[in-house]
Amino acid sequence: MASNPNIRIGADIGGTFTDVVLETPAGRHSTKILTTYDAPERALLEGVTILLAEAGLAPGDVGLVVHGTTLATNALIERRGVPTALLTTEGFRDVLELGTESRFDQYDIAMDKPAPLIERSLRIGVPERIAANGEVLLPLDEDAVRAAAVRWRQDGIRSVAIAFLHAYANPAHEQAAAAIIRQEIPDAGLSLSSEVSPEMREYERFSTTVANAYVQPIVDSYLRRLEAQLLERGFTCPLFLMLSSGGLTTVDTAARFPVRLVESGPAGGAIFAGTIAAERGLARAVALDVGGTTAKICLIDDGKPQTSQMFEVARVHRFRKGSGLPLRIPVVEMVEIGAGGGSIAAVDAAGRLAVGPRSAGSEPGPAAYGRGGTHPTVTDADIQLGRIDPAAFAGGKVHLDPAASGAALAALGIWGGEADALAIGVSEIVDETMASAARVHAVEQGETMEGRTMIAFGGCAPLHAARVAEKIGVDRVIIPRSAGVGSAVGFLRAPIAYELARSLPQIVGATDFAAVNALLCAMSAEARALVAKGAADRPVIEQRLCLARYQGQGYELSVPVPNRMLHDADEAMLLAAFEEVYRAQYGVVLSLPVEILTWRVTASTLPEAQPPVAAAERQRLVQPPTRRTVCDPGLAQPLEYGLFDRETLQPGDYIEGPALIVERETTSVVSPVFDAVLDPAGFIILERKPAKEIGA
Amino acid sequence: MKEALGDLRKQVMWTRLISIVEEQAQTLMRTAFSTTVRDAGDLSAALFDTRGRLIAEAVTGTPGHVNSMAAGVCHFLEKFPIETMVDGDHYITNDPWLTAGHLHDVTVVSPAFHGGRVVALLGVCCHQVDIGGLGQGPDGRSVFEEGIQIPLLKLVSAHKLNEDLLAILRQNVRTPLQVEGDVLSYVASNTSAARRLSETLAEFQLDGLDDLADYIVDQSLTATRAAIAALPKGQWRAEMTIDGYDHPITLRGSVTIGEDDVVVDYEGTDAAVPRGINLVLNYCRAYTVFALRCALTPEIPNNHGALAPFIVKAPLGSILNVERPAPVAARHVIGQMLPDVVFGCLAQVIPDRVPAEGSSCLWSVQLRGRVAPTGSNGQGIDFDTVFFNSGGSGGRPGLDGLSGTAFPSGVRAMPVEVTEASAPIVIWKKELRCDSGGVGLHRGGLGQTIEVSARGDAPFEVLAMYERVDRPARGRDGGGDGAAGRVRLKSGTTMRAKGLQAIPRGDRLVLDVPGGAGLGPVGQRPDDRIAADVRDGFVSEDAARRDYGWKG
Repeated sequence: MASNPNIRIGADIGGTFTDVVLETPAGRHSTKILTTYDAPERALLEGVTILLAEAGLAPGDVGLVVHGTTLATNALIERRGVPTALLTTEGFRDVLELGTESRFDQYDIAMDKPAPLIERSLRIGVPERIAANGEVLLPLDEDAVRAAAVRWRQDGIRSVAIAFLHAYANPAHEQAAAAIIRQEIPDAGLSLSSEVSPEMREYERFSTTVANAYVQPIVDSYLRRLEAQLLERGFTCPLFLMLSSGGLTTVDTAARFPVRLVESGPAGGAIFAGTIAAERGLARAVALDVGGTTAKICLIDDGKPQTSQMFEVARVHRFRKGSGLPLRIPVVEMVEIGAGGGSIAAVDAAGRLAVGPRSAGSEPGPAAYGRGGTHPTVTDADIQLGRIDPAAFAGGKVHLDPAASGAALAALGIWGGEADALAIGVSEIVDETMASAARVHAVEQGETMEGRTMIAFGGCAPLHAARVAEKIGVDRVIIPRSAGVGSAVGFLRAPIAYELARSLPQIVGATDFAAVNALLCAMSAEARALVAKGAADRPVIEQRLCLARYQGQGYELSVPVPNRMLHDADEAMLLAAFEEVYRAQYGVVLSLPVEILTWRVTASTLPEAQPPVAAAERQRLVQPPTRRTVCDPGLAQPLEYGLFDRETLQPGDYIEGPALIVERETTSVVSPVFDAVLDPAGFIILERKPAKEIGA
Repeated sequence: MKEALGDLRKQVMWTRLISIVEEQAQTLMRTAFSTTVRDAGDLSAALFDTRGRLIAEAVTGTPGHVNSMAAGVCHFLEKFPIETMVDGDHYITNDPWLTAGHLHDVTVVSPAFHGGRVVALLGVCCHQVDIGGLGQGPDGRSVFEEGIQIPLLKLVSAHKLNEDLLAILRQNVRTPLQVEGDVLSYVASNTSAARRLSETLAEFQLDGLDDLADYIVDQSLTATRAAIAALPKGQWRAEMTIDGYDHPITLRGSVTIGEDDVVVDYEGTDAAVPRGINLVLNYCRAYTVFALRCALTPEIPNNHGALAPFIVKAPLGSILNVERPAPVAARHVIGQMLPDVVFGCLAQVIPDRVPAEGSSCLWSVQLRGRVAPTGSNGQGIDFDTVFFNSGGSGGRPGLDGLSGTAFPSGVRAMPVEVTEASAPIVIWKKELRCDSGGVGLHRGGLGQTIEVSARGDAPFEVLAMYERVDRPARGRDGGGDGAAGRVRLKSGTTMRAKGLQAIPRGDRLVLDVPGGAGLGPVGQRPDDRIAADVRDGFVSEDAARRDYGWKG
């Protein structure tokens, strides 16, 4: 039997769990398996086997497998890459070591910068020089390249990064050097800065190229193994990889540019939230994904997660901006902070209650788990407040000790050791931390939070979403089903897409359209070719952008560019397009020259249209079968919360806050300012009560 | 429980205020034209109460601004009392004696209204690249030569822009549209922060900030005093002689730790000089208090309470407290040396918390010249450009110094590719300098070597403002000195460390930026650390054998 394009598998390999989702026309199956570090494909294949058996299907029935993995990310964080060397311009072997020449923490004398992935003796500079305009100032010394390669062959180097100054403007020297190294060390992986990240600013480009080189042989061999094993088991369908940008790509492309995979899991979560927004016709949404250790916040406009061109991996001071390795890759734009169920509460040097970023993780876990954890965590606060039913937690699989939560909170030693007050404090501080991060993130994007709908998923989000929403002025919160495997579900909604960016500085009004057209055509052909490999018959669309700013500014805005040849008459159009974007963001325009630095082309298949989900309608008011006393952080007093079982609620049911809706993996808190209604898909929608009813 | 919850509410609002000023700083960086603001982060954004006390400050910023503005807002209140302020007012000055110590730093302060009355003041202080005059160098003989002076004025009065002031400003600078764009972005960022503050007060159902301000100040003051109380009491002295401009300058200081305050007194420091390397007291205080905060209270958020117990004195007329109209444009050259004097005192009492001396002063490469015509258009290019470079910091308790990293300055370096794209120069080398870190148990950070020419071998000029060329960073507790800096031509000639000089056609300017000093007995450095330094090329084999007695 031929494969069915409507039978699809999504698999997300995370740090702890491997999530696998199987979608068929008859419904969705999902499972969580512990990740198998030695051979990650094992857990994936095990999950796939279980789900196919559940659904009574054979491998040959499956029409598509989409995969995301933290393999590259973990190799970078844990520094378990292959022996890697850097070939660079003479005089610049320390670009990675110097970085921005600044400190990410102003007052901490003992701060240290992240060490480069490649030690200094393996960073070799060779005579060559290209100018900012691409002109050759000094020819490449090929003998010096050969000598370096010979040395590295003896050293057992398995991957080489080649990063020369201004290679984005002229890649000839990098290509010539690559040819020599290929001759001398035929088995080594090669990563060229002019291919991995062909944009100006050497530190970010070198860092990205080196990170790619460092993990490339590992990811390459893993993907080839996985591909072979799938084939062996009878899968005939294509295997696609989830990119950090939220698009999909082929195994070949992923194996060449594995650095683009680092945020594949979170990108899947953002696509998941984007789909939910699109199905419901929400123009402006915000995704809140809260797990055990971190919270991720992502803005979603018109069903599309915001994207960015910079990411920082492996921060040495957790979550501290500037303490990691910069990667310039297309990535779903999100802010990640150290706030989750396992985040530990403590009293800081100024006598304030602080929560996170330190986390108790799953081992030893919150104090209530009784696995040796003694520090109070956010989960302990939730237990103390009465939001989590100890009997029903994790379907009864984990025993909780509420007394241990109370004792751990009291031991903080402030506020007279009152556990209830401290639990309110911990909950409020962590919610305020998420709210602050969301607000600052919105400003950095030139956006606001007001009027957005929040989409809350991940184990801990349903407990805290309502209060965070109150704090950032959001009136509607959606708590979806399958919230625990959201990323893997998101993989199946992603388009096949590839994005390219190239530097070609221009001044609007004196644009060299011949050069720009040549560049855009070449980029378009390259991006389309990569997408075509996986697109089959699906139509491919293209989006072109330029990054522009007033000459003299340091930050650019993305400005749309039409998908056609440009000519002199387009100068006015480019200026008007820039001014429109600038005014929308900052409220004014200036009478200064506008410069374009970078051009960007994205080719992608059309995202599949999702059948719309009708708005939630309040059909039946459901009275709580039981009630429970919960200490409410907003009102700072005990309240009677209605207690509901999610499985018993039907689309159209609505309930009045305050209430708890309990399910196997989590509890949704409906705070007193919200009501909850189930939409036709069975998702919980929190709706803010009209102002007069609050506190009534 | 009620008291605890009141406390909690205030903590939540405290976090909120810090996020409001952080938003303010981010908006500034995204819209600014001056590279100093947009790329280097040379700014500060903050919220003050109606008494002019600093309540919350953005984490983004650099010490010279951070603490200068805290002291400056009271001058705005004297000139424009609260009861005279109306909605839509914004006030401006760049008076070095009132705020951040040179004309390039422009401060804009705006009242924030809620419920029809002033509840707080919002301020930003940013480094303008261009303020007219000679440019930022030490060559001015008085402040009058250093640029346009803006006294305390209304920049915007009840939403009405002071067009006369802007016209004068535009006429006095080289890049009028950018300077105007910057000034307007300061107004916009204060306005949006004021709106956010009003929304926050409404959400928390508060009429004003006074109770919260008291809480933040008291809490920070108590924590700061507790940190001071835990220290040994007494007075410690240190002095440090630096290169100066025409002659060496000796900085002398004492740190007195009392029951609940710390006094730094620069009595005995050399007199002011007729060159623009003098400091106003505000700026002297900014870097001095920064050093104290690093060593004593790094975790307490910056506000009036966290700063009040630190008192700084310098004799009037000394180089650290000059009178008008002394020149001050390049005051960072000496300001950035002050933490080393403070640490020199503290090393005698809390040696486990302070680093050895570092290269400390930023090495800015300020170049100008003209590249000959090339190609068919026949136009030569005049250029005037700057890029930042940092040397090594001193060895730290338990850790080596940081190599090629700014300290105490908080700025970032511009990328080489960006610098070369914006001016016709070629940076041929920017690499760590072997053997430049002072030896010791904890080695000093390495300096770097920079080699630069103009395109097409054209001649060019450098406006030098470099320190630690005659007198390197000094080692401590058995550690060795950092390598001295050097300014030279590639062809071999040594150049002066300060002042305008020419690089002839076909030659290159080479800068050896100083290293940090070592900390602790050199004989105690473990062999594996020495071996790692040799492997990495941070220390040469010869130096390892000679200085460390390495047998590897």
